[in-house]
Amino acid sequence: MLKVEGVNKSYRQTDWFRKARNQVLRDIGFEWRQGETLGIIGESGSGKSTLGRLLLGIEEPDSGIITFGGKPISDRSTRRGAISAVFQDYTSSINPFFTVRQAILEPLRLAGTASRPFDIGKLLRQVGLDESYLTRYPHELSGGEAQRVCIARAVSAEPQCILLDEAISSLDGSVQMQVLELLKQLRTSYGMGYIFITHDIQAAAYLCDRVMIICGGEMVELVETEELKHVQSPYAKELLSKVIS
Amino acid sequence: MKLLQRLMKDKLAAASLCVVAATLLIGLCAPLIAPHPPNEVNMELRFSGASWGYWLGNDHLGRCILSRLIYGIRPSVLWVLAALGATAIIGAFLGFAAGYFRGKTDAVIMRICDVMLSFPGYVMTLAIVGIMGAGLTNILIAFVMMKWAWFARVFRTAVMQYADADYVKFARVLGIGHIGIMTRHIAPIALPEIAVISSGALGSMILQISGLSFLGLGIQAPHAEWGMMMNEARAVMFTRPELMLAPGLAIIVLVSAVNFLSDGLQKALDPKLMLSEKRAKAGAGVIPPRLSGKEVA
Repeated sequence: MLKVEGVNKSYRQTDWFRKARNQVLRDIGFEWRQGETLGIIGESGSGKSTLGRLLLGIEEPDSGIITFGGKPISDRSTRRGAISAVFQDYTSSINPFFTVRQAILEPLRLAGTASRPFDIGKLLRQVGLDESYLTRYPHELSGGEAQRVCIARAVSAEPQCILLDEAISSLDGSVQMQVLELLKQLRTSYGMGYIFITHDIQAAAYLCDRVMIICGGEMVELVETEELKHVQSPYAKELLSKVIS
Repeated sequence: MKLLQRLMKDKLAAASLCVVAATLLIGLCAPLIAPHPPNEVNMELRFSGASWGYWLGNDHLGRCILSRLIYGIRPSVLWVLAALGATAIIGAFLGFAAGYFRGKTDAVIMRICDVMLSFPGYVMTLAIVGIMGAGLTNILIAFVMMKWAWFARVFRTAVMQYADADYVKFARVLGIGHIGIMTRHIAPIALPEIAVISSGALGSMILQISGLSFLGLGIQAPHAEWGMMMNEARAVMFTRPELMLAPGLAIIVLVSAVNFLSDGLQKALDPKLMLSEKRAKAGAGVIPPRLSGKEVA
């Protein structure tokens, strides 16, 4: 469904006289199948967030193609209503001038389904909030609440794919678990898939069907979650041993 | 409207707003309000003090000082405001483009700004006035030409810090166009900063125009302008110091009011002060019971 082929990405080191380029992603290729949850695991600086931005079409790769349902993801019309995202930093994820209601309705307005009757209360209850939050502004929400609103916002237009870029990393332990549960639940009730970018292998193993490990901008391993303990590459083994010990 | 309400809670800001608004209104309606024509010479009344007919007395040509003060609002404040508006629009347009699109657009616009900013402002203004001749229009043109680069640079910084925010990223994921993102997600948030910067600049521009008119480069006699009125009073500074008092105080009061207003605006436009209606009614300081017992993350 979301197909990535031979993607390379580098950034120019901002220097006027030197043309040094910093290669962030090297020859990445995989496919996200409709409805599945794919985990992308890597350490800081491994290029996973860059990959996330490329998958969302808000940046373009230097070479290679990324398509969604056969159409290039960098086209706005391809993305509209098909893909959505939840980001790490809940403090800047919602426009500070928007109430929760405005924030959640924005994707709908864009998908052209705003006129359709929509039960915003039901959606809020699904993510563990209630109607009383509708008139609140982002700074009146706690971290967990804000991230739930972000999830509700991502879900509202019922996209086929939601990309979660370190979406639970900045929440504390118990809330992380609640949000993971919530994501699992939403997946069954809406039948959508996730791309779950994280450095937390345990969370990925809990949520994902398949897991992709990247290191230094290269894809090291792509395995079914059940097969995770049988990984081949030394890097993946090392990464796993850190968690298990 | 909410903004006005919040501004009104701050007494100093409210008073400043009143002063500024009243000044603008009086300037606009000058012909209706001024008791005498501003350029009417009446040599018998030279340097006469305050009287019922002439509240603030008469100047060295027997002209009504109050009327001149009122007419002086037009070049001193209204035209400065127009020039500021033009500068801010040019600066905002280029600053938004540079801050939002980054890359080459940013580099080109900023290098042009660098070139403009490398000239000392006053010297350039004097040079332009020297080439094009003295007069208010030329000074205002010189102002717009010199100041837009500064505005563009400040607006670029303001836009840049929001252009990277996650909600802008999210809007782009949704497939909102660049114009849509700028008008819905960046402009409203950068606007407070722009308003504060612009109102701050208004104060200094009023002072500069008055300063240039004081030097005789601005508006030409016999038209009234605050700086020029001070210049005219300079000759009799020691014998009749009160002639300097009226335009001097007018400038001080207005510029202070503008500066206080810009401080007040800054406070009033902070989105952190916006509360949902329920909480606003419950009153600040009272923790709504709903929150207690909820998870704190």
